[in-house]
Amino acid sequence: MGQEILIEAIRAKLGPAVEGIADSYGDLVLILRPEAVRSALAALREMPFDYAVLLDLTCVDFAAGQGRLELVYHLYSLSRNVRLRLKASLPAADPAVETLVGLWKNAEWLEREVFDMFGVRFEGHPYLRRLLTYEGFEGHPLRKTYPWRLGQPRLPLKDDV
Amino acid sequence: MSGLSFLTTRLETALGWGRKFSLFHYPFITACCGMEYMSAACAHFDIDRFGAGLTRFSPRQADLLLVVGTVPHKLGPVLRTVYDQMLEPKWVIAFGACAVSGGIYQNYAVVQGIDRIVPVDIYIPGCPPRPEMVLDGLLKLQDKIQHQKQDWRWARKS
Amino acid sequence: MEPLTRIQREARPESMLINMGPSHPAMHGTLRIMLELDAEKILNAECEIGYLHRGFEKTCENKTYFNLLIYTDRLNYVSPLINNLGYVMTVEKMMGVTAPERAQLIRVLMSELSRVSDHLTCLAAMAMENGAFTVFLYMMKAREFIWDVIEFTTGARMTTSYIRIGGVRADLHPDWRGSLATAVRETRKVLKDVSGLLDKNSIFLGRTRGVGVMSKEDALSYGWTGPCLRSTGIPYDVRKAHPYLVYDRLQFEVPVGECGDNYDRYSVRMREMEQSLRLLEQVAALIPDAAPLGGGPAIEPAEALARSRLQRADERVRLSPNLEGSEKERLPGLTAPDPLVGVPAKEDTYTTMEGLISHFLFFMSGKGIRPPKGDVYFSVEGGNGEVGFYIVSDGTDKPYRLHLRAPCFHIVSALEQLIKGRFVADVIPTFGSMNMIGGELDR
Ligand code: SF4
Repeated sequence: MGQEILIEAIRAKLGPAVEGIADSYGDLVLILRPEAVRSALAALREMPFDYAVLLDLTCVDFAAGQGRLELVYHLYSLSRNVRLRLKASLPAADPAVETLVGLWKNAEWLEREVFDMFGVRFEGHPYLRRLLTYEGFEGHPLRKTYPWRLGQPRLPLKDDV
Repeated sequence: MSGLSFLTTRLETALGWGRKFSLFHYPFITACCGMEYMSAACAHFDIDRFGAGLTRFSPRQADLLLVVGTVPHKLGPVLRTVYDQMLEPKWVIAFGACAVSGGIYQNYAVVQGIDRIVPVDIYIPGCPPRPEMVLDGLLKLQDKIQHQKQDWRWARKS
Repeated sequence: MEPLTRIQREARPESMLINMGPSHPAMHGTLRIMLELDAEKILNAECEIGYLHRGFEKTCENKTYFNLLIYTDRLNYVSPLINNLGYVMTVEKMMGVTAPERAQLIRVLMSELSRVSDHLTCLAAMAMENGAFTVFLYMMKAREFIWDVIEFTTGARMTTSYIRIGGVRADLHPDWRGSLATAVRETRKVLKDVSGLLDKNSIFLGRTRGVGVMSKEDALSYGWTGPCLRSTGIPYDVRKAHPYLVYDRLQFEVPVGECGDNYDRYSVRMREMEQSLRLLEQVAALIPDAAPLGGGPAIEPAEALARSRLQRADERVRLSPNLEGSEKERLPGLTAPDPLVGVPAKEDTYTTMEGLISHFLFFMSGKGIRPPKGDVYFSVEGGNGEVGFYIVSDGTDKPYRLHLRAPCFHIVSALEQLIKGRFVADVIPTFGSMNMIGGELDR
C-alpha cells in the first residue's frame, strides 16, 4: 500500500476521528480526537491496515505552555512492516481517555504506567493502580511540575537533611 | 588478672580468624552491579579463594549482606527487612556507587546511599566496581573483622 | 494499611497466598510475584514491578543530549552498547547525521558482542536457577572473554559509553583481532559444551518443554519482540525488518522456534549466538586495519603549549592513556565531520585557542548538541527485542521528553498469564527464559 493510498484509506475509514496527518522523519503520524482513540485504534488493528502490534504507549507533558498532555501510541504492522504513530491531546487538568484493554493485552501495564507517571485516567481499565511507584506516592513524577529530586521515602531515613 | 586478659585476647583473635574466613553472604542484587558480582563470584575472579564463596539465599543463614546495585525508595523497606532478619554478628558491604551514595541517580526515586537504611561496614565505590576492587573490599572487611571487638555469646554485655 | 491488591481481593478463602520476591534469588532482585495457590498449583498470579525504578526518563529531561548517554548504559546493563546505539541513532536521525563507514562497522561489532553477552547471561542465570550450575560457570567464563574484547577497546567492562552521537569514541584497540578471535573460539567451545549438557538433559527438558507456552497471537497482542517473539515462530527482527548500520550487507539468519515454550526460548537464544558469532567474523573481515599514526614521536601537551606561543605546533601531542584511540588523525574515520555533533579533537583543545573555544561551545550549557524541534522514534534490535527511543525535542540542548520502549516490559507483562494454572516450580524456568532486566523494565 502506497503512502497516499494508505492515508486515503485511513481517512475513509476513520472519518472525523482524524484531526490531522503529519510526517515526522519518515514516519506517518495521525492526530486523533481523544474521544475516538479506542474506536480508531480498533479499526486500525483490523484488515486492511493490520496494525496488529501495540509497540508502545507514552505521554508527553505540554501543560506549561499549552495546557495539555499528549498521548502517543505506536503501532506496528507485521505484514506490511510499517509503523504508525498516533497522538491525542488531553486537557492537563483532568486527563481521561478510554482504555485499550481488551484490544491489546499489553495495554494494561502500559496504561498503568502512564497513569502512574502522568495521572491520566483510563476509563474502563479494570485495575488502574500505580505500576512503577508505590501506594502512597503523591503526585506524578513525569509531570513537569514534579520536582526532579523530591523523594518520597517509605521508611524514615537516617540523617535526612 | 593479666593472664585472663591475655586469654581473652587470644580467644578474640581466634574468633576473628574463624569469622573472617567463613563469611556466608547474602547477595541483595538489584541492578547492573550484579553483573560484576557474578563475575567476581565465578571462576575468573573466584571470590571463593577468600573464604566468602558460599552464597546463602536466606538472610537467616547469612552473616554478610552484599547490597549490590541501586536501592530505590520502593525497595527500601525490603532491604531493611532483610537486614533485620539476619543474625548477629553481621556485616554489610555497599557494592557500587549507587549503594554507597545513590551514584549517578540523584533523583526522586533513589535512596541516596544505603547507609541511611542499614549500617554499612565497607564501601566499594565504582560504577560498577571491577571484580578486583570487590576482592580488595572483601579483604578490607576481613581485616576489620579480625581487629574488631568480637562479641561472643557468653561475654557480658554492658 | 495499604489497599488490597487485586489478587488479595479475588482470592478464594481456602487457597493460600504466597509472595515470591522481590528479594529472591530467581527474581533477579526486582520483581515480586504474588501467587494464589492450591497446594502446588497456581490459581492466580499478580506481578508487581517498579522495584528498580530509578527515574531514568525524568533524569534525562534534566541532562544534555551528550551527558545522558551514561544513563542509557544502565538500562539493559547486560548489553549496554546496544542501548547506546539505540539512543545515539535516534538523535542522529533527528539531526540528519550519518556515522562514517568505519564507525558503523565498529558499532555492528560492538552490538553483536553485546548480544552474545546478553544471551550468555540470560541462559546462564536460567540454567543456574534450574539447577545446572556448571552451565552457569561455563557461560560466565565465555562472557569474560567477550568482555575482554570490549574492555580493550572501550576501557570499561560494562558501562562503556563508547558509542557516541556521530560515531564512536575511539578506535579499536591495536590488538583487537587477537582478543576477538579468542573470544569467538572460546564462546563456540562453551556453546558446544552447553548444548551437550542441556539439549537432551531430561531434567532440563522436563522443566522447559511444554512449559510457559505462548501462542503467536498472544505474543503479538502482548507486544513481544526479540528472541521471545521469534521462539513462537514469527521471524521479526529489527535488523532484517528495518536494517540499520550495515546489517543489510551482512549474511545472517533469524532462528525461530516452533511452539514458544521455554525450551524454544532457550534454543532460539543459543542459535542466535551462533549467528552473532558469524556476524562478528564477517564484520572483523570488513574492518580495515588502522593506519599507524604519522608525524613522528609525540610531544607532551605542556611542551606543545610552550611551542605554540611562538608558532603553531605541528607535532603530534601525546594524549593521556585513557584517550588512546581518539587521536585527531583517527577522528575522521570515527565520528561524523559535523562540529556540532562530535567532541572536538583533544589535541586542538590543549594547544590552540580555536580548539579551546570549540570545546567550550560543545560543552557549555545551552550549546552543543541541539536537535531540531520535533519528535522521533527509532529502534534497534537489542538483546531482548526492539529497543526503541522516542524523543521529543524543543530545540534546546536537553530533550523535552525521552521515552524508552523497553522490550522486556512487554515480555514480563505476559508472565501472569503464562504461569497461571501451572505449578510453582514452573515459575522459575518461565521467568528465567524471559530474561528480565530490571534496569530496562523499570527504568
Ligand atoms: S553503581 Fe553503577 S553499575 Fe552499579 S548499580 Fe549503580 S548505576 Fe549500576
